[in-house]
Amino acid sequence: MKKTSWLAGPYLVWMGLFIVIPLVMILVYAVMEEGTLSIEAFSKFMQPVYVKVLARSVWLALLSTAICLFVGYPAAMFIAGREKGVRNLLLMLFLVPMWMNFLLRTYAWMTLLGNNGLINRFLGLLGLPAMALMYNDVAVVLGMVYNFLPFMVLPIYTVLHRMDQSLIEAARDLGAGSAGVFTKVTLPLSMPGIASGITMVFMPAVSTFVISRLLGGGQYMLIGNLVEQQFLVQGDWNFGSAISMILIVVILVSMGIMSRFEKGQEGGVTPW
Amino acid sequence: MVKKWIGRLYALGVFIFLYAPIAVLIAYSFNAGKSRGRWEGFTLKWYGTLFQNQQISSALYYTLLVAVLSATIATVIGVAAAIGLSQMKPRWQKAAMNVNYLPVLNPDIVTGIALMLFFVSVGVRLGFGTMLLAHIVFNIPYVILSVAPRLRKSSARLMEAAMDLGATPMQALWKVVLPEIFPGIMSGFLIAFTLSIDDFVISFFTTGSGVSNLSIEIYSMARRGVKPEINALSTLLFLTVLLLLIGINLLSKRGGKKKNGEGLAEQSLMV
Repeated sequence: MKKTSWLAGPYLVWMGLFIVIPLVMILVYAVMEEGTLSIEAFSKFMQPVYVKVLARSVWLALLSTAICLFVGYPAAMFIAGREKGVRNLLLMLFLVPMWMNFLLRTYAWMTLLGNNGLINRFLGLLGLPAMALMYNDVAVVLGMVYNFLPFMVLPIYTVLHRMDQSLIEAARDLGAGSAGVFTKVTLPLSMPGIASGITMVFMPAVSTFVISRLLGGGQYMLIGNLVEQQFLVQGDWNFGSAISMILIVVILVSMGIMSRFEKGQEGGVTPW
Repeated sequence: MVKKWIGRLYALGVFIFLYAPIAVLIAYSFNAGKSRGRWEGFTLKWYGTLFQNQQISSALYYTLLVAVLSATIATVIGVAAAIGLSQMKPRWQKAAMNVNYLPVLNPDIVTGIALMLFFVSVGVRLGFGTMLLAHIVFNIPYVILSVAPRLRKSSARLMEAAMDLGATPMQALWKVVLPEIFPGIMSGFLIAFTLSIDDFVISFFTTGSGVSNLSIEIYSMARRGVKPEINALSTLLFLTVLLLLIGINLLSKRGGKKKNGEGLAEQSLMV
């Protein structure tokens, strides 16, 4: 049989050129300096200043992920539990903000949290002193939660929605109370959704430089800002590449942990 | 029942959290005063200055141009690749799909700087061309991922049948396989289009001076503080998104093929 597999040819070349080579270049820049192998860029990263930035990035990303999970899970349950018409309406309401430009969503919080922002104006009306709401960790976490909450809710919703309702009935018939049904049936069955939600929130959160720049201010550093700065301000490509490698490792580790929980689902949560 | 009301109140709270910032932006876009805090009367002047803003209209032009071009090119290359890959040995197929996954799994910042390093190293000047190329690079994987599942189901046997009936391989592709996977192609194109419109990070690293898209423009304006024109822009974009989503919802209701809530949920995950 004559085949048309040659159609993939151009893309195979393309992948080599635009996916593999650029990534290899990051690796090369990270470990080579002036033509020789060197771990200088990595040892530079071991300074307390930079390790602190990494620790803070991971910590804030974990915190935002946890908040998204605890806020998002009940919301997903609520939506999944509605009747069809209401459910679709609620889903759409959930999606509209997400379809808005990411930067505008972040910018929106600047108008709320700023020194002349709405919240401080409101405090002023109550006779309370203005608070510094922007340019701190809280603002950054808030920005992350706001931007990435749908990434948590949607996979969990998808799993809950497709869950076999007879399992829950069976558990009830066998005498489980609502707490029992939740901890013994619903929660374990929704683990794949939770796992992919966690990955989908943690990854953009740990690598962001926009949210930290806009809500954390010019001096605020997360690992994403560090990478951006090395490439666009300092021009230190070796160090920038080394930090990127570290970021990739952090993400690979987190995905490795999460993929253990995602097993056993037939692509249910992947978006296509 | 108390429990029912707690649930509703909770959901209401979440939706207020999602919409309050947008509502504030929209309200302020009609505020005559430049300071955010104080309401100084209704005005439409920010919409006027928005449209007179050369930078924003050029950014809008580049955003749409890159989105249309990159989504189209990515769809062509991606569909061809998906068809070709589906006829290769599973081992090769798997290897290629793993590489294809890299831009999806990598954080945008890594894809962005990797491409920037590459472009600069081979001596290409950063600008419109590199930004377009970068968008095609991150769009193709999504096209392939939305086309591939449909191919696995049908194509091989249908193609054989068509060729048994006398079609050449290319005829079999055009007349049988492509119509069969058309919905996948369409959703791949739409995903690519929306991803391109929404992209900031990769564009930020791969574009050069003079060429920026809407996201980059918003970023550089927002970095300098709050501007009333951005509020007006937000309002317009929000309305566009709302109308588009309502439109899609109505269309898919009429089409009735797919439970639209799910379809939307699946698509939106991409953005």
